[in-house]
Amino acid sequence: MSVRLDATSSLSGREVLRRGLQVSPELVQGVWITLLLAVLAAGGRVVVPMAVQQTVDTVVLGDAGAGRLGLLLGGAAVALVITGICSALVNVRLFRSSEAGLARLRVTAFRHVHDLSALTQGTERRGSLVSRVTSDVDTISLFVQWGGIMLLVSVLQIVAATVLMAAWSWQLTLVVWATFVPLVLILRPAQLRVSAAYARVRQSMGAMLGAISEAVVGAETVRAYGVEQRTQRRIDGAIHDWRQAQVTAQNRVATVFSSGVLVANGVLAVVVVVGTLLGIGGGLSAGRLLAFLFLVQLFTGPVQMATEILNELQNALAGWRRVLGVIDTPVEIADPDGGGRGTARGAARVELDGVEFAYPDGPTVLHDVHLDVPATTKVAVVGATGSGKTTLAKLVTRLVDPAAGRVLLDGADLRDLSLAALRERVVLVPQEGFLFDGTLADNVAYGARGADPGDLGRVFDELGLTDWLATLPDGLGTEVGQRGERLSAGERQLVALARAHLAGADLLVLDEATSAVDPATEVRIARAMSELTAGRTTITIAHRLSTAEAADLVVVVDAGRVVQVGPHAELVAQAGPYAAMHDAWLAQTS
Amino acid sequence: MSTDRRHTLPGGPVRRGFLLIWRGMAAHPRTYVVAVLTSGLFGALTVGVSQVLGRVTDSVVVPAIGGDAEARDALWLAGLALLGVAVTLALAVAGRRIYAGRGYADIGADHRRGVTRQYLRLPMSWHRAHPTGQLLANASSDVEAATGVFNPVPFAIGVVVMIVVAAVALFSTDVWLAVTALTVLPLAVVANLVFQRRMSPAVTRAQQLRAEVSDVAHESFEAALLVKSLGTEDVEERRFAQATDRLRAANVRVGVVRAFFDPVIELLPSAGTLAVLAVGAARLRAGAIETGDVVGAAYLLALMAVPVRAFGWVLGELPRALVGHDRISRVMDAEGDRAGGTGHLPRATGGLHVRARGLGVAVHDSSGRHDLLRRVDLELEPGRVVALVGSTGSGKTTLCGVLARLHDVDSGEVLLDGVPIGDVRDEDLTAQVALVAQQTFIFEDSVRSNVTLADVDDPAAPDDDAVWAALRLAKVDDVVHALPGGLDAMLGERGANLSGGQRQRLALARALVRRPRLLVLDDATSAVDPQVERAILRGLAAGGADGPTVLLVAYRMSSVALAHEVVHLENGSVVDRGTHTELLARDPRYLELATAYETERERRSA
Repeated sequence: MSVRLDATSSLSGREVLRRGLQVSPELVQGVWITLLLAVLAAGGRVVVPMAVQQTVDTVVLGDAGAGRLGLLLGGAAVALVITGICSALVNVRLFRSSEAGLARLRVTAFRHVHDLSALTQGTERRGSLVSRVTSDVDTISLFVQWGGIMLLVSVLQIVAATVLMAAWSWQLTLVVWATFVPLVLILRPAQLRVSAAYARVRQSMGAMLGAISEAVVGAETVRAYGVEQRTQRRIDGAIHDWRQAQVTAQNRVATVFSSGVLVANGVLAVVVVVGTLLGIGGGLSAGRLLAFLFLVQLFTGPVQMATEILNELQNALAGWRRVLGVIDTPVEIADPDGGGRGTARGAARVELDGVEFAYPDGPTVLHDVHLDVPATTKVAVVGATGSGKTTLAKLVTRLVDPAAGRVLLDGADLRDLSLAALRERVVLVPQEGFLFDGTLADNVAYGARGADPGDLGRVFDELGLTDWLATLPDGLGTEVGQRGERLSAGERQLVALARAHLAGADLLVLDEATSAVDPATEVRIARAMSELTAGRTTITIAHRLSTAEAADLVVVVDAGRVVQVGPHAELVAQAGPYAAMHDAWLAQTS
Repeated sequence: MSTDRRHTLPGGPVRRGFLLIWRGMAAHPRTYVVAVLTSGLFGALTVGVSQVLGRVTDSVVVPAIGGDAEARDALWLAGLALLGVAVTLALAVAGRRIYAGRGYADIGADHRRGVTRQYLRLPMSWHRAHPTGQLLANASSDVEAATGVFNPVPFAIGVVVMIVVAAVALFSTDVWLAVTALTVLPLAVVANLVFQRRMSPAVTRAQQLRAEVSDVAHESFEAALLVKSLGTEDVEERRFAQATDRLRAANVRVGVVRAFFDPVIELLPSAGTLAVLAVGAARLRAGAIETGDVVGAAYLLALMAVPVRAFGWVLGELPRALVGHDRISRVMDAEGDRAGGTGHLPRATGGLHVRARGLGVAVHDSSGRHDLLRRVDLELEPGRVVALVGSTGSGKTTLCGVLARLHDVDSGEVLLDGVPIGDVRDEDLTAQVALVAQQTFIFEDSVRSNVTLADVDDPAAPDDDAVWAALRLAKVDDVVHALPGGLDAMLGERGANLSGGQRQRLALARALVRRPRLLVLDDATSAVDPQVERAILRGLAAGGADGPTVLLVAYRMSSVALAHEVVHLENGSVVDRGTHTELLARDPRYLELATAYETERERRSA
């Protein structure tokens, strides 16, 4: 089991392309027609040099008349228009297919992020996950929208130009190819250096944005402690590193590109000298040599273009690898083979049978836990921070799987159930109620299958929150703002409880909020909580002993072991960790 | 950036565009002199290649193949000349690209340095008025938008040189040929303008939708645990797929515009070549020009096919650059200095004496004026622990901010040991007054640096003993001991993640290590275990008059009861002050607040 996402897939360039096409088959949809049109377009590009050659040979140097010239130029003009139409069609087709393919890639990667285990999600920076479905995909788009087109056309042009050049003079064609050999040889190592430089640019960019965010997110801390200068030094250092990385990458790209320019222009000198010598020997007319010079340009143009695109391809492959790195990270918590079975609804019974849990490469945090929670029981799990109580909650909701032992819901191993059926019956209410930017109604209805507005009113009524709802400016239609920031922390918890109530689970796992909130809201939360839990099996990760006091069953966890289980009254009477906690609490609240 | 000039660009779109490019280049004169010179050389030599080729054709190739021995001897020289031009051209291209890249990086770095200096200079009120996401975008995507145009600029300038040189060369050969060849240019400009007009709205929309896709992903990933616990992966996938599909459609619209523009701009030089051939053949027949001239002119047009597009790149980037620049300008031109004074606040022993008189703070929004604080008087004796109690929105956080000078007051004044807070210089204030907020900020750095907020090699930084002492007082030393590396353990997104309560205690240690004379705790221990909270507060109060003066916002009555004195704040005004017991006895609203917990506890256990 791996906790971290692969920073990047380890596939080779060719494998990346193949895997990429597998994920986004749209990229090559109708590619044959596109290719045919592209061949026509590339062929059309030869029309002008041919017209030049013919004109020079027959009209300028020969004795053909104006009629011949008109025919030549008119024919070439028509061919140009057809070429243009073909190019436009190729472009439109490729834009359509590439955008469809990239949209598929984004959605696939997005979904996969949600399917990954909570552990993996938790170890990644939020921004870095977002970049996998945004900017990383964008780096590919440059290539598949534009680079791919031009690479295809360039290769065809190189082939076409080579064939034509060979038809004019095979000797000179060999000379041209020979001149390009050194360029081809340095290309591969040069590209590796370029892509290494780009990797450093991306890395330094991330570090730079991280440093800048400290001045924004930590603005109050920076001011309160007067550490502006140090913060600026850190930012300036990061900006400097980015600037250096950027300059280095650009220098390498410039070197590769100008080598291409050197060869593309140097080849003219070689062709002129060798061609003239061939002409003197009688193997080539002046007209043919001049036409050949045009064909050389048809050859060097696409070669230079291809060099540029291959640089771009390195960039695209890096992005593609990062996105595929997400998609190919195995999903640990998945439906069993065959989809898994459903279970009958109704208050749930939960059993833990010899459960152990360890984080990957970490120590065992839960040892041999046995626990039986009969239906409609209210359980409070108490214990110090780091004792393992949160892990217990994760196991029961199948956010993680045990390393050994079984977690049973009404006698069925959680791993045998379909996730859809499990999530319908077992719902976790996290400590911090997350709210989406939208109305209160949207947020409460989120996750409920087929809830209507009447249900929403009922939920608030049942939880005793109608009076609170009345204090909001637009009632259920109140906009809560990003992450619910227009509500107070306590009010966000109220929304989370209403949401859980509407979801109507059979087993509720509640991670009690630790933050103190203002007393009026605290009272509302407590009341709503007791309504919410009525008639349901609940497991509460309790941070307050008052919660444990009100529970049917208290489970005391210490250093990864369940050390005491029993009703509050019973445990208080026993000498043990729970009684000690309780005494301390009484001393504090009295 | 000079202070007498605003960052915002004045004038209409054309003038603003020129100004944007000019300012960027003028800020790095040496880089851009080299970039423009090499690019100009590139432009001239591109034409030069065709000129040399034409000359070589006329005076060497054609006569040599025709049997001219003299021409044949000159062949090697001709080859060398062509090679020399090729090498110079390659060097010019390298110079152009290297220096263009350097300029791009330097201008981007300038913007980021400027923007972040503003972030650190502007008052908290400004920060609160601007969403975090927007400020981060100002330093990232807006800077990229504003600088992207500088990549093709030197190239475009080189192309101008190329066109001028080509025009001169063509006109010196033959006027008719020149006019025919240069007709391509106005056509290319017209095509570019049509393209820009159609492209700009399409690109703007695509950029907007790109941001939307990113927003949806960000929100959804932030809600990952909720999504998992409710099993709503399908809902999220649909939501994201809808946003993605809108972006796809917008990108295709952009693509279709480009799909038709590209062939047009590419075929223009080819059409020009055919026209040159027609005119050239006629002029040749009239004996006005030679074969090489026609070939040279045709070759020149073919060469210009790609460079002419550089104008398109510049024009295409310019609208985006102006939008990005405007967004940066809003930060760069933001007014408002924090009221840092120049006076000294002598570092006496023991806690600060704080006296606030008639404090008033108001904010204005669309619905009018809202008073956050009204005529608040407050006195904190040195070394006393004073609790500030009130319901949500009563003004507690504003009052805390005023005492740490994060908020400016509209009326009244705060005296620290008798010195008006506005007169105290920054370094004295931050050394003696420490505010810890409910929301803690952890830097991506080691535990040590998160506490000291100083570089490791800074001689003024507190030593490890002092750091441990602060961690002990904040009851977080055992947590740090358990981290791999102890004080060297890395925190933040890339390092160990602490629980909410641990983060708050670390933030408290950060305040304590500076041995502040006034400690303002704005709900700073809300996520800390109640028992630990009480232990911390007892530790703070233990210093007596030698310890810091503490102003404390808390909700837990067990903690409030530890304070020497309680100030009850409602609706921005002080309702009452006294000991916890006194207020319970005579302040009915206070009694209501204080007993809310107890009432609930009794109700539940009943």
